[in-house]
Amino acid sequence: MQHDDPALQAVVDQVREAASREAPLRIAGGDSKAFYGNPVEGTLLDTRPLAGISSYEPSELVITVRAGTPLAEVEAVLAERGQCLAFEPPRFGAGGTVGGMVAAGLSGPARATAGGVRDHVLGASLLNGRGEVLSFGGQVMKNVAGYDVSRLLAGSLGTLGVILEVSLKVLPRPAASASLCFAMGQADALDCVNRWAGEPLPLSASAWFEGRLWLRLAGAQAAVRSAIATLGGERLDDREAEAFWTSLRDQQHAFFAGLPLWRLSVAATTPPLALPGESLIEWGGAQRWLISTEPARRIRDAARAAGGHATLFRGSVPGVAAFDAVSPPLARIHRQLMTSFDPQHLFNRGRLYPSD
Amino acid sequence: MNQLADTVVSHEPQPDTTSRHVRQAEVVARLQQLLPARSLLWTPEDTTPYECDGLTAYRERPLLVALPETEAEVAAVLKACHALGVPVVARGAGTGLSGGALPHRLGVTLSLAKFNKILKLDKLSRTAVVQCGVRNLAISEAAAPLGLYYAPDPSSQIACTIGGNVAENSGGVHCLKYGLTLHNVLKVKGFTVEGEPVEFGADALDAAGLDLLTVVVGSEGLLAVTTEVTVKLVPKPRLARCIMASFADVRHAGDAVAAIIGAGIIPAGLEMMDKPMTAAVEDFVHAGYDLDAAAILLCESDGTPEEVAEEIGRMEAVLMGAGATRLEVSADEAQRLRFWSGRKNAFPASGRISPDYMCMDSTIPRKRLADILIAIAAMERKYGLRCCNVFHAGDGNLHPLILFDANDPDQLHRCELFGADILETSVRLGGTVTGEHGVGVEKLNSMCVQFSPEEREQMLSLKRAFDPHELLNPGKLVPTLHRCAEYGRMHVKKGLLPFADLPRF
Repeated sequence: MQHDDPALQAVVDQVREAASREAPLRIAGGDSKAFYGNPVEGTLLDTRPLAGISSYEPSELVITVRAGTPLAEVEAVLAERGQCLAFEPPRFGAGGTVGGMVAAGLSGPARATAGGVRDHVLGASLLNGRGEVLSFGGQVMKNVAGYDVSRLLAGSLGTLGVILEVSLKVLPRPAASASLCFAMGQADALDCVNRWAGEPLPLSASAWFEGRLWLRLAGAQAAVRSAIATLGGERLDDREAEAFWTSLRDQQHAFFAGLPLWRLSVAATTPPLALPGESLIEWGGAQRWLISTEPARRIRDAARAAGGHATLFRGSVPGVAAFDAVSPPLARIHRQLMTSFDPQHLFNRGRLYPSD
Repeated sequence: MNQLADTVVSHEPQPDTTSRHVRQAEVVARLQQLLPARSLLWTPEDTTPYECDGLTAYRERPLLVALPETEAEVAAVLKACHALGVPVVARGAGTGLSGGALPHRLGVTLSLAKFNKILKLDKLSRTAVVQCGVRNLAISEAAAPLGLYYAPDPSSQIACTIGGNVAENSGGVHCLKYGLTLHNVLKVKGFTVEGEPVEFGADALDAAGLDLLTVVVGSEGLLAVTTEVTVKLVPKPRLARCIMASFADVRHAGDAVAAIIGAGIIPAGLEMMDKPMTAAVEDFVHAGYDLDAAAILLCESDGTPEEVAEEIGRMEAVLMGAGATRLEVSADEAQRLRFWSGRKNAFPASGRISPDYMCMDSTIPRKRLADILIAIAAMERKYGLRCCNVFHAGDGNLHPLILFDANDPDQLHRCELFGADILETSVRLGGTVTGEHGVGVEKLNSMCVQFSPEEREQMLSLKRAFDPHELLNPGKLVPTLHRCAEYGRMHVKKGLLPFADLPRF
């Protein structure tokens, strides 16, 4: 992080000024994920002036980017060198930024096989509620010097500080890929994807929707070829397949037009959930989208019984918080952790947990 | 082996012996009400085996060692210690290399050795639920009949425990492709400092709220006590083959590493040994290494036979293009293991050629491999000591082994200066002071160099969010501001004080 940068100085000044008045701030980049999480009040802190790729070295598999940089710009730069963000972050609009990507902590179809946002964060600079510019982690793959604060930022929704810059692990795009489709009921699909994941097959993504299971293979040419022969199914046209996976990643698929949209994160092998509504399943069964007007409590109980939690992802329901509650000891640690970074709770107050 | 033996180092003010005895009697009396007699050790004969971990230079006897057998006993010990204000240091197999399990003179060492059961292995979900004291390799052995294994493989894997791996975020030779402990763990169950049960992570791929697993993994026992871990298992590759490549110049070898990654290949393992290291290990394992090479690269591919054939072909082309003087591809599993035998025995082989050695563990950007090797060669002259080098080249993690004789105080002193110089040079090259062995007590001073006072204070305050009275493994991982001030320099990061003129509030 270059400390003498005017855009950074402006953000520091804004935080100092807000702190002196104890006035809350709402951090935003492209605001493409404004729908996500609980409502926030506060003066806008726009991260977009903090833009630009600080360094990119393809042979180091690392890119360092300032938080306000559009995600689209980063992906284009990586694509030029045959690389990508392997966790396929969703793009809910054209203006999404890298800072927002990390803060939201959301990953796309490849999550179950490639890891999530946090698994690819190597380092970060942030501005805490005391107006201090702090750097954690770095630009190297292995680093156990101190607590891994940079990865903690993934999914923190801006509640720990203003993300200023992040270093991300990038990977080569797979040499080959192919998509297959199978006519299959939900229970069979869940069983098949989990059994296949236990075999040395180049699985990259899966989805089940309306009686069909889609599977994406990615890896070495030879591995993809032999997996196609082993698995059978109907081979999709490459362009059609790419459009399908992109429509899941960015939630442009017709399924996602329904409201309210719940995201259930559960143990992958959980049998079909007995909840009324329409569902679409990703991540080998570990991410289950549900459009349902069932009471929040029933949906959350079902997710908890399946080893996970449920998020009201889109569409508000009166009296229902976006995120599931956590156990009392965790709630206490979360609260104290937020206070340790942001003593006055200036940043995105209420977004993760509704304010009292 | 004889790693940096027999120098007792202590940084805490020592209370007088009488008050220590009084405290000990008090803690023993309290814990005797909670645990059976066989689970408590406090006489010097009994506690001496616990006085250090794999970093034998630092030794301290705890007030008492508790060996609970159930989670209820763990909770009871923690509650009692919390009430008495006694520090608690959790311990697994004691193989750590940075003193993370060094006892606290006025604390209880909580040995979790009896938590050694694999509770569940599930083929369909590809997970294992294991108690914290299960050995790393035991998980893979148990999962083998299912065609699965646990990927992180630190070289101590026959002895080290999964609880210790969680504490250190351990790596291994395959982590470039398969990730670190954090990437292979779904859930950690344990207890808060107050003795309350707590779970980090979930059976799902994420949990609600802040992702505390990211900081708990690698927290060196400072945030919570781990008793049970749910790990991911991955399918065993059908085949693995390894290329051994020789280079006439370390710079060529460093460039070859960058060229492989640049070609879009992520090898299953990518390791480097320099000439002195190769000579030492060849003498030990007789694997047929090229003794004329300035550096040797081991480059592994795994997957289906077709996949491996394709990748080995691409790797060979890149290595030849980068100036390899000799290439050999393992023809069968026996030969592959022979290629690896020297790399895996680098530490004991060093123990054979020198009375003592000190192992460093910094990480640098891959492109600086040749630069650090050249810098280390200059340091050998400066400090008058020899150094052998092995690297996890694929991820830039260095293990320079400084050879010395601890019986010579001057050599020991020069060795410590040499080590600190390597770490500080690594930070200057854009790296970090520890890639996988942890900070423990060993690298506390180096943390003063890598982080600003505000960054360290933020980390200390993160600890207090989990452990307000700082009773879990206190004095490790993050140095106090006072200690860094004593370390003797005002650290100025990147030549600039961040916002020197900025009022702090």
